[in-house]
Amino acid sequence: MTVSIIYSVLLLTSLGIIAAIILYVVSKKFYVYEDPLITEVEEILPAANCAGCGSPGCRSFAEKLVSTEDISDLFCPVGGNDVMESIANLLGKEVTKKDPTVAVLLCQGSCDMRPKTTQFQGPDSCAISALVFSGETDCQYGCLGKGDCVDACLFDAMYMDKDTGLPVIITDKCTSCGACVEACPKNIIEMRPKNKRDLKIYVGCMNEDKGGIAKRACAVACIGCSKCFDICPKDAITMENNLAYIDAQLCTLCRKCVDVCPTHSIVETNFPPRKKKPISTITKGKKIDSPSKEKYIDKKVKAIVEPLKSNNDA
Amino acid sequence: MLKTFPKGGIHPPENKITASKPIKRLDPPKVVYVPISQHIGIPSKIIVERKEKVTIGQIIAKSGGYVSSNIHSPVAGTVTKLDKIFDSSGYKKQCIVIRTDLKDQSNFELIDSPLKTDIQLSKKDILQHITDYGIVGLGGATFPSHVKLNIKKDKHIDCLIINGVECEPYLTADHRLMLEKAEEILVGIEILMFALHIDKAIIGIENNKKNAIANFKELTKNNDKIQVAALKIKYPQGSEKQLVRALLKREVPKNGLPLDVGVIVHNVGTIFAIYEAVQYNKPLTERVVTVTGKTIKDPSNFWVKIGTPVIDLINEVGGLPEDTRKILNGGPMMGKAIKNTDVPVAKGTSGILVISKEEAERKKCTNCIRCNECVFVCPMGLEPYLLMNLTEKKMYETALNEDITTCIECGSCSYVCPSHRPLLDYIRFGKSIIKTLEIAKDKK
Amino acid sequence: MSTKPIIISASPHVHSDRTSKKLMYDVVIALIPAFLVSLYVFGIGALIVTAVAVISCILFEYLIQKYLLKATVTINDGSALLTGILLAFNLPSNLPIWMIIVGSLVAIGVAKMSFGGLGFNIFNPALVGRVFLLISFPVQMTMWPTALENQTKIADAVTGATPLGIIKEGLQFGETMTDLSYKIPTNLDMFLGFTGGSLGEMSIIALLIGGLYLIYKKVITWHIPVTMLFTMAVITGIFWMINPEQYANPLIHLLSGGAILGAFFMATDLVTSPMTKKGMVIFAFSIGLITVVIRLFGAYPEGVSFAIIIMNAFVPLINKYFKPRRFGSKIKSKII
Repeated sequence: MTVSIIYSVLLLTSLGIIAAIILYVVSKKFYVYEDPLITEVEEILPAANCAGCGSPGCRSFAEKLVSTEDISDLFCPVGGNDVMESIANLLGKEVTKKDPTVAVLLCQGSCDMRPKTTQFQGPDSCAISALVFSGETDCQYGCLGKGDCVDACLFDAMYMDKDTGLPVIITDKCTSCGACVEACPKNIIEMRPKNKRDLKIYVGCMNEDKGGIAKRACAVACIGCSKCFDICPKDAITMENNLAYIDAQLCTLCRKCVDVCPTHSIVETNFPPRKKKPISTITKGKKIDSPSKEKYIDKKVKAIVEPLKSNNDA
Repeated sequence: MLKTFPKGGIHPPENKITASKPIKRLDPPKVVYVPISQHIGIPSKIIVERKEKVTIGQIIAKSGGYVSSNIHSPVAGTVTKLDKIFDSSGYKKQCIVIRTDLKDQSNFELIDSPLKTDIQLSKKDILQHITDYGIVGLGGATFPSHVKLNIKKDKHIDCLIINGVECEPYLTADHRLMLEKAEEILVGIEILMFALHIDKAIIGIENNKKNAIANFKELTKNNDKIQVAALKIKYPQGSEKQLVRALLKREVPKNGLPLDVGVIVHNVGTIFAIYEAVQYNKPLTERVVTVTGKTIKDPSNFWVKIGTPVIDLINEVGGLPEDTRKILNGGPMMGKAIKNTDVPVAKGTSGILVISKEEAERKKCTNCIRCNECVFVCPMGLEPYLLMNLTEKKMYETALNEDITTCIECGSCSYVCPSHRPLLDYIRFGKSIIKTLEIAKDKK
Repeated sequence: MSTKPIIISASPHVHSDRTSKKLMYDVVIALIPAFLVSLYVFGIGALIVTAVAVISCILFEYLIQKYLLKATVTINDGSALLTGILLAFNLPSNLPIWMIIVGSLVAIGVAKMSFGGLGFNIFNPALVGRVFLLISFPVQMTMWPTALENQTKIADAVTGATPLGIIKEGLQFGETMTDLSYKIPTNLDMFLGFTGGSLGEMSIIALLIGGLYLIYKKVITWHIPVTMLFTMAVITGIFWMINPEQYANPLIHLLSGGAILGAFFMATDLVTSPMTKKGMVIFAFSIGLITVVIRLFGAYPEGVSFAIIIMNAFVPLINKYFKPRRFGSKIKSKII
């Protein structure tokens, strides 16, 4: 009895020792040096693995950050400037500041604005239906409404609005990783700068058809009338292929173009209700509380961009 | 035993209701919309301007590159605008809009010319004519014919195959052409054999066109260079690779062309167009179109000017039926659903098919029950269920290794699937993604 | 123009009239002759077992889809019905009802729904249910009422084993095949189904009629049944020729047990069989081989269910390695 106990104890102990020796030898022999900085950098990164930076995941982005000398081209859109700054401090390298951006949908062709003339039958995917034809409406530039962008979004920052048939971007949750931009076969999602109050002005249309045709297909289409182009005091608006485009860098958010647009295809988001005087008090760095719920929100704007506070029920 | 290809294939209901209807000529349409990308390859370049007067057969868009083709005016009239019009691709494409000058008598002249058998042109001139007069493959792929005929010296061609299979249900355009223009087609074959130094030609016809087979057999009785082969009725026999396999037991290699096994395949329509271009200097400005459908009052075959809007043809057969839910450009297996009836007829339009309510709706897709029907019917030996799953899961690399790119998009898999799964939709999507990925790789 | 907008979809625009539902009901139709014979042989018991199995299978599928998965309920696609019938066909006609319900729960809940429902299951659900019951309740599962004696009442008197059981036991006690041939039913009885056994597996003629119907309807191909039965016949034939006193002849092997039911209805189950003809032949050959090995050398007298379940597990592998020959690939039989 005792012999067998001793026997098994000895056997197990020696097995353990042998295993330990093997483990030790292997770990020494096959040791790969890895910069501890990589792990540290990875910990700072948001760990979303969204590939918005261009690398397949946060770990590989961390490796890239550590190994490259000049990291001014690299940027984590999800983490933004704060994350990049702390990485720069850690690595002792220079980073460039980028304005935070947010995805916007350049189409307002909701069901009642843009009547459907055909019906698609097939897989529920924008990319597949884009292979077959230009869309259920007569506008061949606008949203297909099958929600590839919503599927692509890893941050639950998008959902399909059943009434309008268009995707809605929840600006608070949007990390501007760019997955939706990639997913959209019509290229109607654009990354635009996001300021503190998320005030944006953009042309919510991509229709390059001539005015009459565009208007017939969609009530809120840009008809290329150039009125906004003429009124813009900062030359921020360019006209190309019967379509206006507002350069966000030059735009001062004066909202003159919104007023003149005959088809209401220029979208303004989160502006306070119109007063007699156009606002000019958006000063940089000034602390502004997020808008309260009672705040008036333009109906049309609501259809496009979920207001900051009311996204909780989404 | 009739010849056919061994692996896969289906037999959908034929519905060739217009088989006994002679090809009718129509009055010229009031307006034609001539798309500039009617062929595979680079779109042609417009060389006319607004308000310019054009004559019948005048070049209005020049070939935009090597794999491209000239486009000629199908009518005499005035260019009213250069605009974007929905074509059969479902997108708006650049079109030349010409208003027909109804006073111009050349629009009404009958173009049926007498048979001309002696070949006067030299080999080089024949090929030049085919290039100049905008001949493209009329079987549906619309590949510019001069590219197909420009054979490199190291390739040896020993057989010309004439594709008179027309395996698509409903369509009878080629069938009627073979009956009515048989002698012209035979001259066309002689022209190509002469130009390409080929001694042997086989006309492959499916056995549901017995009168065409008998007709050709009678005409080629004393000609041992041209054979006529009856084929078993099986879809997709009209596909080049399947036809070569059926007639010659030669298998075109993966991602290869019939050229690789010493064969060149042309559709009967193309042969007729070549005949007209070579013998009468006539550009490709009209083709035979079958306008059909179970609910159509008087389905028929027509000689149609390129650019005629579909609505003109439908009015000719008794108007659009009330319960129409789908209008197809082409046959039911490979045709494209068009967005509206203003879509013009292009060089590749072999038929207009109107489908009513019951048949138009897609059935609800249910779970794959792995019944392996799709694997059995795939003529290319692929596994459609697997390719669909891989594409759905975005595993494009694996799909590429499973030969997704060799799919000929015949639709047999989607046709048989008892769960109504959109197999081909996904495979086509996977193919397009792989294509873009490869282009991106090439650029790098 | 019609009031509804016209439809745009990708080609093809026509579809054959085959549906998965029709396929399932075709199999159900093919099983009717065997069911009628079992009704004649085992009487009301057969009806009760089948009814309980079918109802509980459909009910479990409904409950799981509706309340657990919260998905669309697809009980009318015929697959649960089929599973129920096949499960019943693999059970003795006097099995306690609660056991049948447990079997159905395992078949639908464990073997089918937990893998994702129709089309995703790796193992044949009916066989998983049967094997589960066989392992859990070996006594009840291997006692069959005598044929043709209990048609009007539910049998509780337990008698005759299957021919295979008799042979297995007999050989263990040193009897020879000559002795045993008097104990087992005649070949004709076995062919017609007047023998002990699970309720659906004994009538060879009825199953053959159903099987031929399925082949005629193109629900199954000949590859699996023919290969499997041929393999079994050849291997048992070799052993029989070596020693006819120790091994039963191939005919007995084919006519008894679940060989025919397995070959035509269980192994050919669309979901759990390979996708290519080549793969099917390999699959069916292996089933035949494993069946014979279990029958001749294993502890159980019967091995069809085990063989099929074992080979079900290999189907994904077979699908991976036995591809159809791609058109235009030069090598004749390409194995990737």
